[in-house]
Amino acid sequence: MHKDRNSPLLEVNDLQVEFKTRRGIARVLDGIDFSLGAGETLGIVGESGCGKSITALSIMGLVPQPPGRVAGGTIKLKGEDLLSVDERRMRAVRGNEVSMIFQEPMTSLNPVYTVGNQIAETVLEHEGLSRRDAMDRATEMLRAVKIPAPEQRVREYPHQLSGGMRQRVMIAMALACRPQVLIADEPTTALDVTVQAQVFDLLKELQEDTGTTIILITHDMGAIAEMADRVAVMYAGRIIEAGSAADILQDPRHPYTQGLISCVPHLVSDPPVQRPTLLEIPGVVPPLTELGKGCAFEPRCGSRMPRCVREKPASYETGPEHKTACWLADAEAST
Amino acid sequence: MSQQDTLLKVEGLKVHYPLPKSGWFQPASVVHAVDGVDFSIPRGSTFGVVGESGSGKTTAALAVMRLAPISAGTISLDGEDLGRAEGKDLRALRSKVQIIFQDPYSSLNPRMRAGAIVREAMDLMNVGDPSERDDAVVELFEKVGLRAEQTALFPHQFSGGQRQRIGVARALASRPDLVVCDEPVSALDVAIQAQILNLLGRLQEEFGLTYLFISHDLGVVQHICDEIAVMYLGQFVEQADRRSLFQRPRHPYTWALISAVPSADLKHDRQNRRVKLEGDPPSPIDLPSGCRFSGRCPFAQEQCHQHVPEFREVGEGHMAACHLIDENGVPPHERL
Repeated sequence: MHKDRNSPLLEVNDLQVEFKTRRGIARVLDGIDFSLGAGETLGIVGESGCGKSITALSIMGLVPQPPGRVAGGTIKLKGEDLLSVDERRMRAVRGNEVSMIFQEPMTSLNPVYTVGNQIAETVLEHEGLSRRDAMDRATEMLRAVKIPAPEQRVREYPHQLSGGMRQRVMIAMALACRPQVLIADEPTTALDVTVQAQVFDLLKELQEDTGTTIILITHDMGAIAEMADRVAVMYAGRIIEAGSAADILQDPRHPYTQGLISCVPHLVSDPPVQRPTLLEIPGVVPPLTELGKGCAFEPRCGSRMPRCVREKPASYETGPEHKTACWLADAEAST
Repeated sequence: MSQQDTLLKVEGLKVHYPLPKSGWFQPASVVHAVDGVDFSIPRGSTFGVVGESGSGKTTAALAVMRLAPISAGTISLDGEDLGRAEGKDLRALRSKVQIIFQDPYSSLNPRMRAGAIVREAMDLMNVGDPSERDDAVVELFEKVGLRAEQTALFPHQFSGGQRQRIGVARALASRPDLVVCDEPVSALDVAIQAQILNLLGRLQEEFGLTYLFISHDLGVVQHICDEIAVMYLGQFVEQADRRSLFQRPRHPYTWALISAVPSADLKHDRQNRRVKLEGDPPSPIDLPSGCRFSGRCPFAQEQCHQHVPEFREVGEGHMAACHLIDENGVPPHERL
């Protein structure tokens, strides 16, 4: 796998996205920064409503406008700012250089077209192949994602496939044009664990073959451990902690990340006799229109300080390539 | 476990759904949703059923609730015949078994206030004195972590976790003995799941509740259940207490299922520890002959495709249905 940190493939800088709502302007993304090299996998974790999917949609140029608006920042793919190109160029990028696997394989496929048609459509749009060649490519893609009897399945409709197979069709569609960046938005939430394992293996295999960069959006720390090289933890539109997957999982610094890891009952091979009480993160994600000037996590945080109410925490280096946006990290740094 | 301790006893439970004939001369086909399941739950404990989608775990739970047609078998609750009760008897028994549904968004009536949703259960089951029911509702709200004034709100004014709390309060309104929890946390955000799981644990202690807990999430099941059954295509393939099951899974399916769960523990080797199961579970309409798992089992031999394995004791209190577990209880995956 080729990993070159010096010339990132995808670079997101200070991305700001706002949505107009009845209760005022909601700052859905507030200064998102990350960069990714070829063949790397970035995991984005957080609860629903923290901005994970909007980050993905921004990269795809699919933020619904209005009510949404990209208020600032840049998204550079190999140096080209995707936020300033015209819609024609964006159409050429989307599905070709950057593509996406959506969360729900049940609703993201068109029920009235065969799966072959739907995969071929991407190829026809971007590569100008003949119809026959495009269908051959579709069959080949179905074989690549390990669907049995691809010659037959290519002529079938989504309802004839199981959930796991539909998700594989989605992956085949996303990979048909050999994209450089693949965004997978909760690709396995609707699937059973055994099928989820198959999908993860498939993604890893395809990544090794093609060197695709993957952005994996998930709420499952297990999936992060399994797939990601690096992790960004999001809360209320900001990245509150970022670092290597090993660092984040073993030594999380932000109270939110710590909470996210320990609030899930992890499967262990030797369960304790006494059932432990799970650590809870009290409350819920605050509405984005009602964020105060302090840290957005402060109302739910167990280690809050007076300072957290007054000011938004800056981002601190808490290790090599490990950044944490929390005043606790500042206290540690200064002592 | 002595007899009087047993709250729920299920024997030979089958739920079969006939399908419409595809043609005049075609044989009628049948969906074997639940196909011969036995278990009993001691009072005050939690019995978990895990399995993939389509394994029949929810149907089994609905049959216990008398919300699915029972094709065969008996269900007895506290010595009373729940499986065959009808009319008034069934109504009386219903107050003793309640259910918490998976989806807190669609299982609450959007036109009713939260307090009325909980009170309705008391009114229908004739629980307590009518004049005291409003106070009982408020008390229940506080027990599940909601505030008294929230009884006046409508479901859409609550978050997902709070709605699930209303669902819990409604289930407890009739003072049940058994609460069936059908994937009670799988529709919730990760951070909220812990709140509900802890709540269920606290309420169990306080009210001495017995849970039948249905889930596909092995981590959750391991956390909350005392005894766990693994279900595959309408039947139990393995059953043991929570420590024994996870320390030493005996059925190859359980073993594969456990290894498929991504672990947040990086000490695991990412690549090699996983057992790959190919394909999806077969259809519950055309069941495979022999062991139902044989088509996906990496160890399957000739006899597995021919003969149905017996669900037998393979260790102390540890049941499994597999031909390949030897007389010392050593499963095939330990002989690798």
